[in-house]
Amino acid sequence: MLKYLFAKNEDIPSGSAAVFFGFSSIVWFVIGTGLGSFNAAKLAFPDFVTGNEFFAFGHMRQVHVMAVIFGWISMAFAMAMMYITPALGNNKLWSEKLGLWNCMLWNLGLTLGLTILWAGVTSGREYSDFPWPIDLYLATCVFIPLGVNVWMTILNRRTQGIYTTNWFFAAATFMVIIVFLVGNLPEFFHLTGLTEAYLTWWFAHNVLGLWITPVAAAIAYYTIPKVTGNPLYSHRIGHLHFWSVVVFYSTPAAHHLMSAPLPEWLKSFASVEGVLILVPAIAFVSNIMLTMQGKWYMFVENIEVRFTITGCLMAIPLNMQGGFQQTRAINWYIHGTGWIVAHAHLALLGFSTFLEAAAVYFGLQSILKRKLYSITLANLHFWLLLIGFTVYWVSMTIAGLIQGAGKIYEVPYIDVVIAEHPYMIARWLGGTMVFSGNVMWLYNMWMTARKGTVVPQGRMPHELAYER
Amino acid sequence: MAGFREYKIGSKLFGIALGGSMTITLFFPSINIASVSSSEIALTKQLAIGHETGFNLDDPLLLGKNKPIGVALKADPKSGQPLEGGMMVYVYQPGTSFPAGILHTRILGAGVEELSVQQGHVTDARKDSGAVFTVNKGTYEGKQYSYIENLTATKGWTPADVIRVAKDEDLSNAGKGKTMFVREGCWWCHTLLPEETQDWQVFGAPPMLGDFNGESPTAFGSDRKAPDLLHVGSRNSSREWMMMHFFNPRLVQPHSIMPRFDYLWGEKDAAGQKIDYAKWRAEYDEYREGKRVSPPDVPSYASDSEIRGLIDFMLSLK
Repeated sequence: MLKYLFAKNEDIPSGSAAVFFGFSSIVWFVIGTGLGSFNAAKLAFPDFVTGNEFFAFGHMRQVHVMAVIFGWISMAFAMAMMYITPALGNNKLWSEKLGLWNCMLWNLGLTLGLTILWAGVTSGREYSDFPWPIDLYLATCVFIPLGVNVWMTILNRRTQGIYTTNWFFAAATFMVIIVFLVGNLPEFFHLTGLTEAYLTWWFAHNVLGLWITPVAAAIAYYTIPKVTGNPLYSHRIGHLHFWSVVVFYSTPAAHHLMSAPLPEWLKSFASVEGVLILVPAIAFVSNIMLTMQGKWYMFVENIEVRFTITGCLMAIPLNMQGGFQQTRAINWYIHGTGWIVAHAHLALLGFSTFLEAAAVYFGLQSILKRKLYSITLANLHFWLLLIGFTVYWVSMTIAGLIQGAGKIYEVPYIDVVIAEHPYMIARWLGGTMVFSGNVMWLYNMWMTARKGTVVPQGRMPHELAYER
Repeated sequence: MAGFREYKIGSKLFGIALGGSMTITLFFPSINIASVSSSEIALTKQLAIGHETGFNLDDPLLLGKNKPIGVALKADPKSGQPLEGGMMVYVYQPGTSFPAGILHTRILGAGVEELSVQQGHVTDARKDSGAVFTVNKGTYEGKQYSYIENLTATKGWTPADVIRVAKDEDLSNAGKGKTMFVREGCWWCHTLLPEETQDWQVFGAPPMLGDFNGESPTAFGSDRKAPDLLHVGSRNSSREWMMMHFFNPRLVQPHSIMPRFDYLWGEKDAAGQKIDYAKWRAEYDEYREGKRVSPPDVPSYASDSEIRGLIDFMLSLK
């Protein structure tokens, strides 16, 4: 990487930025899930590594969250953007050099941010935990360069129209910059009180709704047609998806604070808009499922399709939960319980991660022009992720329902803690499976780059997956 | 360059959609929230906690610096006359940043702002010389409000006057404690937001609209793995219990999954002796294995320790 940073843009091979982003994202995924597994162990066994502030749960919980969101998920997005945007514009990435610098600054900034967060230097605001200098760094050195590269690649495209995936990429990179700059206003200008509380959740909601969800979906709009060879079922449903994300997903921030003393009209409005998130969700899932017509055998045979479709199928329970759990009728029961933790992992580890993993698998193989080193390890990775996640999700959902019942029926709190204990152990086991799967993935992709069979010109790696 | 020529309408609609969404979700709520008058709770919290308890340039490592000291006064610090029922005042030593409501009185809200400026003289307070504040009650245009009074201006009590007469047990480092609460991530498990369900019967009344003016961060918490703490000081006001619970929660609650916060005691105990953590843990392990009848004693904390602040903050959550 270092030799390319000061090379001429023309001398840098196409796809370099995507490869570095791809490997960075996998490394952050290993780190992030490792921290998750460690944190889960502490919730199951509180005296596991104790009495040291650097291994205290309260210092590490946010590091896990930020590592997976801004390390794994967002860098996998950047990886996808670096190779999908030019592929769909029939051109080259606007600047590989900018992409490589972006990747380096991203890794440096995130490492610095997570280190000081780990030391306890925090804004005390969930999901915008980074102190404001780090937020400014992320906006200016991470998201703005990423956006510039994506927008310029799209503007310089050699196709007439813009494909669905690229609408989402262009809009989401723009929206995430706005979300970063507006959502952190309380830190930049010391806004206080309910304004601070509300903007915290405005940021948290919109970074998920206007960045993670649409970009993950956009990746599936590329992966499924590309790998199956079927055209996208409907561009019009794609339009519906895009516009309903912008209109409905950007407004329900207040539904995260249904039990806080915010203006009642705001909570009711947010709640209605929250149900309307089902519009983009149903549009997306049906569009992808219908694109699969005639190619369902690939769900079994092909690793990228299997990851993507599993992720899309997980979007169904995800959005059914998401649409309704934030209404007053249900929120009073499950608010603040493990149910929400399970839901958040369904969104980020279930739905989103599976789509990005497919993009990273597919991208690294096609850019490096090498077949996957081991399809067995890839299968093992898939099943460890799926089973590990399912164990996690089921145990946390049950724990959440126990907490909800404890809350409503006024059970002494310690009895809830005792009742949750077995589910905390199950969650740790599930999380550890995910972590071990990712370690195998890192090894597999590293060996693919080093020793994978070279794919001949004009062939796609997945076509040769089962050939020797 | 192909540009967006086919997408002129789309680009404009995108701007309208996102702008409309921002107007509804940011501009309209800000009108409502900005018009709320501070309650007595909000004023007390602001004065007790000070300027900011998340990352800030005055205390970048979140060590609990730049914080006010709460003092339970029993007598007038100048004349020595006893004060009936006592009085809670908040001492801002010279150089300590004032809370948001004193720097920008507008955020105190209608009524409270006028009273605090006109009768409380809060705008006369100066950071270089410090000030002493309290919460008082008054009437503005026929309505009752609590407001902030700058005692340095109204009664001539300086920070030095108040600190001179206060004994250690009258002092509260709740502001430092809130910084510890944020830094140590207490709010990852303990919420500060009883919900409007049966919650209020166990954890107390949910907060009201005006209870947060000037507070930052609010640290409501979202993932409740442990009891709500908004009114914990009313349920349990024992310093000894808090001490044991923070040092090792399993001393008072065998099933607790809370981490040990013994490291907040720092190097030395109340008597200035070095705390031998290794010895304590070894003895505690013997107790757990049944080789000792009772667990070792929890060291008493130094008055400038981080745990002192955190316990003061817990006890201030009434």
